[in-house]
Amino acid sequence: MLRFIARRLLETIPVLFVILTATFFMIRFVPGGPFTAEKAVTPEVMRNLERAYDLDKPLWQQYTRYLRNVLLHGDLGPSFKYPNRTVNEIIAGKLPVSLELGAEALVLALVLGLTLGVLAAVKNNTWIDYVCSSAAMTGICLPTFVLGPLLVLLFAIHLGWVNASGWDGPADRILPCLTLGCVYAAYIARLTRGGMLEVLSQDYIRTARAKGASEVRVIFKHALRGGLLPVVSFLGPAIAGILTGSFVIETIFQIPGLGREFVNSAFNRDYTLVLGTVILYATLIIGLNLLVDVVQVWLNPKLKFE
Amino acid sequence: MLKCKLVSFLAVAFLFAGCSKKEPAATTAGGTPTRKILRYGNGTEPQDIDPHVVTGVPEQHLIQTLSEGLVSEDPQMNTIPGVAEKWEISPDGLVYTFHLRADAKWSNGDPVTAQDFVQSYQRELTAALASEYAYMLFNHVRGAKDYYDGKITDFAQTGFKAIDPRTLEITLLQPAPFLLHAMNHYAWYPVHIPTIRKFGGLDHRSTAWTRPENYVGNGPYVLKSWKPNQVIVTERSPTYWDRARVKIDEIDFYPIELADTEERMFRSGQLDITNEVPLTKLAVYRRDQPRSVRVDPYDGLYYYRFNVRRKPFDDVRVRRALALSIDRESLVKNVTLADEVPAYDFVPQNLLGYRSENSFQADIAEARRLLAAAGYPEGRGFPRVELLYNTLEKHKIIAEALQEMWRKNLGVEISLLNQEWKVYVDAQHSQNFQFQRAGWIADYVDPHVFFDLWETGNGNNDTNWGNPEYDRLLHSALSTHDNTARFAIYQQMEKILVAEMPIMPIFYYTHARLISPRVKGFYTTPVDNYPWKYADIDP
Repeated sequence: MLRFIARRLLETIPVLFVILTATFFMIRFVPGGPFTAEKAVTPEVMRNLERAYDLDKPLWQQYTRYLRNVLLHGDLGPSFKYPNRTVNEIIAGKLPVSLELGAEALVLALVLGLTLGVLAAVKNNTWIDYVCSSAAMTGICLPTFVLGPLLVLLFAIHLGWVNASGWDGPADRILPCLTLGCVYAAYIARLTRGGMLEVLSQDYIRTARAKGASEVRVIFKHALRGGLLPVVSFLGPAIAGILTGSFVIETIFQIPGLGREFVNSAFNRDYTLVLGTVILYATLIIGLNLLVDVVQVWLNPKLKFE
Repeated sequence: MLKCKLVSFLAVAFLFAGCSKKEPAATTAGGTPTRKILRYGNGTEPQDIDPHVVTGVPEQHLIQTLSEGLVSEDPQMNTIPGVAEKWEISPDGLVYTFHLRADAKWSNGDPVTAQDFVQSYQRELTAALASEYAYMLFNHVRGAKDYYDGKITDFAQTGFKAIDPRTLEITLLQPAPFLLHAMNHYAWYPVHIPTIRKFGGLDHRSTAWTRPENYVGNGPYVLKSWKPNQVIVTERSPTYWDRARVKIDEIDFYPIELADTEERMFRSGQLDITNEVPLTKLAVYRRDQPRSVRVDPYDGLYYYRFNVRRKPFDDVRVRRALALSIDRESLVKNVTLADEVPAYDFVPQNLLGYRSENSFQADIAEARRLLAAAGYPEGRGFPRVELLYNTLEKHKIIAEALQEMWRKNLGVEISLLNQEWKVYVDAQHSQNFQFQRAGWIADYVDPHVFFDLWETGNGNNDTNWGNPEYDRLLHSALSTHDNTARFAIYQQMEKILVAEMPIMPIFYYTHARLISPRVKGFYTTPVDNYPWKYADIDP
C-alpha cells in the first residue's frame, strides 16, 4: 500500500506542474489585465504599474521567476487586486473558513444522505422509499441560490432566530451549512440507495440472511460496505469542492471563504491569486482522489493496490 | 456511535440559534445609552485604503471616513474648510495658498502640516509607486508631470510648496476653476509619511501601513479593525479637530456584493444603510416602507457609445436617428425604476448651476427622415449592428427595451452581445466594437468632467470622434476665471455634441438605497461622498 501511495504522490508532481503552467499562460491570454479599468489610466501610469508588478518583463521571465518563488520560498506573490495582502495571507485567512463550512456541511450531508439512502433502499418501493427519494430529488433540483434565501426568509426574517448573513457566532453557521449540506445530502442519498439496492440483491447477502444474521447486521455489517462504493467515488471530488468553498453560498451568506476568491480572482485578472487558488484546489483534488482510491480498496475486497 | 455524536453536535448547534443573534447596534441597557453604531453596506471588499494606490468607490467611502483633505463640500456644494481653514487664489487663477488650521492632527497626535501635504504629493508622483490617480495632480500642477516622468528630480521645482508648517502653496500649469471641487477627490488627501516609511518605504504599493494596527489618518474616524470580506470597523477619532461635531461612535463597513443579501440584512436589522436596492424590491419598499427608501442624485451619465469609424455609425445621421428614436421617459419609468433622469444632453442638470441650453428632443419622425437620408428608408438595408454591453441583468433589460424601440420606431434590427467585464473594457479601449453601453461618473462636481471626456484622443473618449473646434473651446474654457463665462463656452461645446452625437445619452444616474429611519442627518454629495460627521443615529 505504501508503494502505491508513494507512486501516486510522485505522479502528482508532473500533474501539478502542468496545471500550474497551463493556468499561468491561459490567464495571461485572456483579454484584459489586472489594471484594465473603465476609467483608463494614462499610458505613462500604465507603464509604471506594469513595471511595479514586473509585467513589463518577457512572459517566460515572469514564469520562471514565479516558479522560483513558489518552489524555493513557498511565496505565491502579492495580490494584484489587494495591494496590502499577499496571496499566501489571503489563502491562510480564508481557507480555514471554507474548511470549517465545508466540514460541517459534509457531516450534515453524510448523516442526512446516508440515512435517507439506506432507509429508501431497505424499505424499497414503500411509502418510506418514496418520501426519501422525493426528498433527495427535491434537494438535487433545488439550487442553493433558491434554498439559501428561502431558509433566510424563514429563520432569519420571519422567525428572527439567526442572522440573515455573516460569519461571527456559531448560529451564523447553521443556515449556510444547511444549504450546502442539503444539496450534497441529496446526491449521497441517491447514490447510497442505488448502491445498497444493488448489493442487497447479491448472493452473499442472501447467504448472510440464510445463516440467520439479523437484518440490522445484514444491512450495516454486510451491505453498507459494498453499497457505499458509489458514494465514496463521488466523495473524492465532492469533498475537494465542498472544502474549498462555494461561491454561491459564500456570496449569499457573506462568508469570508476561499470560494469567492477562486471565482472573483479570475474576474479581477488577479494573476497570482488565480494561480494560488488553482494550485491549492488541484492539490486537494489529487490528494482526495488518492484517499478515495485507498478507501475503495479497503471497502471492496475485489480491488488491489495495483 | 460516531453518528450519534454527530447528531448531538448538530442538535447543539441548532440550539445556539436562539441565543446568538446579534442585537440591534445602538440600544440602551438599563437606561444607559450604549455606543451609537451605524452599519453600512459598502459594496465590494476594498482593495486597500491607501489613497495613492486604490481607485474604487468602496475605497472612496472608507478613505473619506478616515482622512480629510484641504477642503470639503456642504450639502449645497459650497466649498467649506477641511484641514485648511481658509485659502486665497491669485487673480490669474494660478496660485492657491492654503492656511492650515492649528488644531488639525493625525490620529497619533502629530500635527497635520503643509510639509505633510507636499510629501504626500511627492509620493503620489513617484513613478515607482504607479499611482493610478497621479494624473489628477500632474494634469494641473506646475512641474508635476516633469517630476513624474523623471525629467526633474528636485521636487522643490514643482508647484507644491510648504511656505511654513501651516501655509501650503500650489501653483498650477493653467487655471483650473474647478480645482477646489477636484480637491475633494481622495487623490488630493494627505498620508502620514513617517508611518509609510516605517512599513516599507514610500514607493512600495504593497506594504502593511494600512493595517489597523499601523494605520494613521487625519479624518473624523480611525481604523479599529479589518476582517477581510467581513467588516471594517471605524471609530470616532479622539484627535480630529472637529470631533465635537461627530455624533456616531462607530461606523461598520460591510462589503456586500449582492444587493439581495444586503436587502435581507437590512430587513433583519443587520444593516442601517445599504449600498443598493434590488430593482425587484424597490416598488414594494416604496409602497410599504417609504421612509426607508432614499434616492439621491448621482453625477453620472448612462449612455451608448458609437464607434464613429465603423459603419453605419460613421454617418452622423444614423447616430442621430438612433438617439432621437427612443422613449427615455418610458425606460426610466418602466425599466430602470430608480427615478433616473432622462438625458437629452451631455451634462447632469444644474451641476454647479450649469443648465444645458441645447438639449435635443425625442423625435421619431425626424429620426426616420435621417435614417432614410442615410440610405436606410424604414430600416431597409440597415447593416448588421451589434450592441455590446457588460454582463449584468440591468444592462440587459435596458438593451432589450431599446432594441425593441428601434425595431418598432425605425424598423432596424440591433443584435445584443454581452461580455464579461474585463473583456468588454478591453474591447472598449481597443475600439473593437460598433456600439457599446457605457457610463461615466464624475470624479468631482463640475461640468468640466463631462466635457473633458470628448476631447480628441482623450484616453476615455473611445469613440474615435474628435472636433478641432470642440478642443479649442475646451482649452479656452479653462483660461476663463468666472463660471458664467466658462459655462457659456460649455454651451457652445454641447451644441457641437448634440449636432454630432458621438455618444447617445440615455439617462442620468441616481443612487437608490435603503436607510433606516433611525439614521439622521445623512447626506451625500452628487459624487457619492458622505460627510459622516454630520450623521447621527437614534438609539
